[in-house]
Amino acid sequence: MGRYVARRLAQSIIVVIGVSLLVFIILYQTGDPVALMASQEATQEDIERMRENLGFNRPWYVQYLDFASGAVRGDFGTSLRQQQPVFELIMDRVPATMRLALAAFILSIAISIPVGIISATKRNSIWDNLVMGGALLGQSLPVFFLGVVMIWIFAGQLKWFPSFGQGDGSPVSMLKHLALPAFTLATFSLARSARLVRSSMLEVLGHDYVRTARAKGLTERMVLYRHALKNALIPVVTIFGLEFGTLLGGAVITETVFAWPGVGRLVVLAIQQRDFPVVVGAVTILAMLFVLINLAVDLLYGVIDPRVRYS
Amino acid sequence: MAQETTVAAERSPLAAFEQRAMRRKKSRFWLSLRRNKLAMFGMFILVMVTVAALFAPFLTSHNPEIGVLRDSKTPPFWADGGSSTYPLGTDALGRDILTRVIYGARISLVVGIAAVLIGGSIGVLLGMFAGYYGGKTDDIIMRVADIQLAIPFILLAIAILAVLGQGLDKIILTLGVSGWVTYGRVVRGQMLSWREKEFVEAARSIGARNASIMFKHLLPNIVASIIVIASFAVASTILAEASLSFLGLGVPPTTPTWGGMVAAGRDYIITGQWWIYTFPGLAIMVTVLGINVVGDWLRDFLDPRLRI
Repeated sequence: MGRYVARRLAQSIIVVIGVSLLVFIILYQTGDPVALMASQEATQEDIERMRENLGFNRPWYVQYLDFASGAVRGDFGTSLRQQQPVFELIMDRVPATMRLALAAFILSIAISIPVGIISATKRNSIWDNLVMGGALLGQSLPVFFLGVVMIWIFAGQLKWFPSFGQGDGSPVSMLKHLALPAFTLATFSLARSARLVRSSMLEVLGHDYVRTARAKGLTERMVLYRHALKNALIPVVTIFGLEFGTLLGGAVITETVFAWPGVGRLVVLAIQQRDFPVVVGAVTILAMLFVLINLAVDLLYGVIDPRVRYS
Repeated sequence: MAQETTVAAERSPLAAFEQRAMRRKKSRFWLSLRRNKLAMFGMFILVMVTVAALFAPFLTSHNPEIGVLRDSKTPPFWADGGSSTYPLGTDALGRDILTRVIYGARISLVVGIAAVLIGGSIGVLLGMFAGYYGGKTDDIIMRVADIQLAIPFILLAIAILAVLGQGLDKIILTLGVSGWVTYGRVVRGQMLSWREKEFVEAARSIGARNASIMFKHLLPNIVASIIVIASFAVASTILAEASLSFLGLGVPPTTPTWGGMVAAGRDYIITGQWWIYTFPGLAIMVTVLGINVVGDWLRDFLDPRLRI
């Protein structure tokens, strides 16, 4: 187990290095940001001097090593636009993104598991057809369109929820501000998970041990929740792990629609402004989060499925 | 002359048998499609969208890129102030929404299909190499896949587009390259099990080269899975293209795209011109729904155990 964790951690480090290197190389291809930063009157000489001051005149691998040696010490450089350390800038935004992604994640689990189970146990009933139809629709809706429609209906027409921002900090106002973006972000993964829970449950219910459990006279409740559900959730947990990563990515668009001050919006803006240090730093930190979550999910596996051997 | 007839006569029973088997397979395919009402509905949507994309200039007389300014923000025909000239209303620049939705099908379909062809080719090739050769090749390819999966898809696409700039070809390339991982992983997994089969050993023992084993003997066995993945990938690519267009990173803004139209409509949510963003949004939803439904059916028909 210890060796397994150590090996996975080593792999994760390689992945994170790879991500930062890949983003670094991609951005390096766009040319350096100095030309965009310099004022109109700047002479060629000024630009050269600026380039030298910021270190953009060095070969890209030297720049990368410079970045990497800082990054392991938590120093991701300074934003070119906001004269603020990148790490600080990102950490300021991480709570908002995590709050949004976590809220969507909880919504997705809390709705998809019960809905999927009921659909599976009442296969081909009206309820099942409705749920599966809804899930198909949910998987086909573009996040941004759903967001726009949500704003139109719940903020514009009904005026139940505010359409943008984070609120004044009180819990009620926070939840109100979170409602529309979290539900918008959750819909896709909610739909996908509900279908997966249903099909996984249906598969398990066909197994012999479920028939045995029924034959020995257990109540249907016992059969479903003590015997079937545990096994049905194994594939679901893997997907939920990946789903959290998808949610972090989907947050980019949701944050744009709802003017949510998270990392996603920061990166989109930074890419447009060519604020390289912010882009590389943010994507690297997001990748770290993603990799750590995946590792945690794999370890969680052992808890629900004792047959899993780590080797 | 006489000899030729005998050869034909000798071959014909087998040929006829094969032909019949082929025909049976085909009719099973159509029968399964006809029995599945949902899949038929999906097919119908796909046909409609394709017709819209192919024959856009014949279906509407309006110009999709230039509007009549004094007719701007006309509501749909059934609402107060609507007119039959613009059945679904007009946008802020007085362009006919229906026309732009019809033309928008072009970008969505072209990007969806072309990007899937690119991503599929890369993914299938890399997945086959990784699964067939194993070892170092496998390690490297799968590590690259992990790296790519750790970057949120949309951020990777935005970064690549920032380098390449705007344009249809660039968006196709970006979405194609960033979409290979799913194929790569599934194909690799299947290769791992198929390469252990006896027919592979038999082929090798009679001196078949690796390339011929991979492409002639193994590839046909995994085609079904590839088709299923590709059908879902078209749907997710269309969604991704719409998202990028929504963020203003897609094709130039005058070109009608569904995502771009929704983005342009955002400014009119509070002022109440709902038709500007609703119809293009519905177009995306219905198209993606159609593809997903057909994809579900294809999976059930071709490869029921595949989980994606």
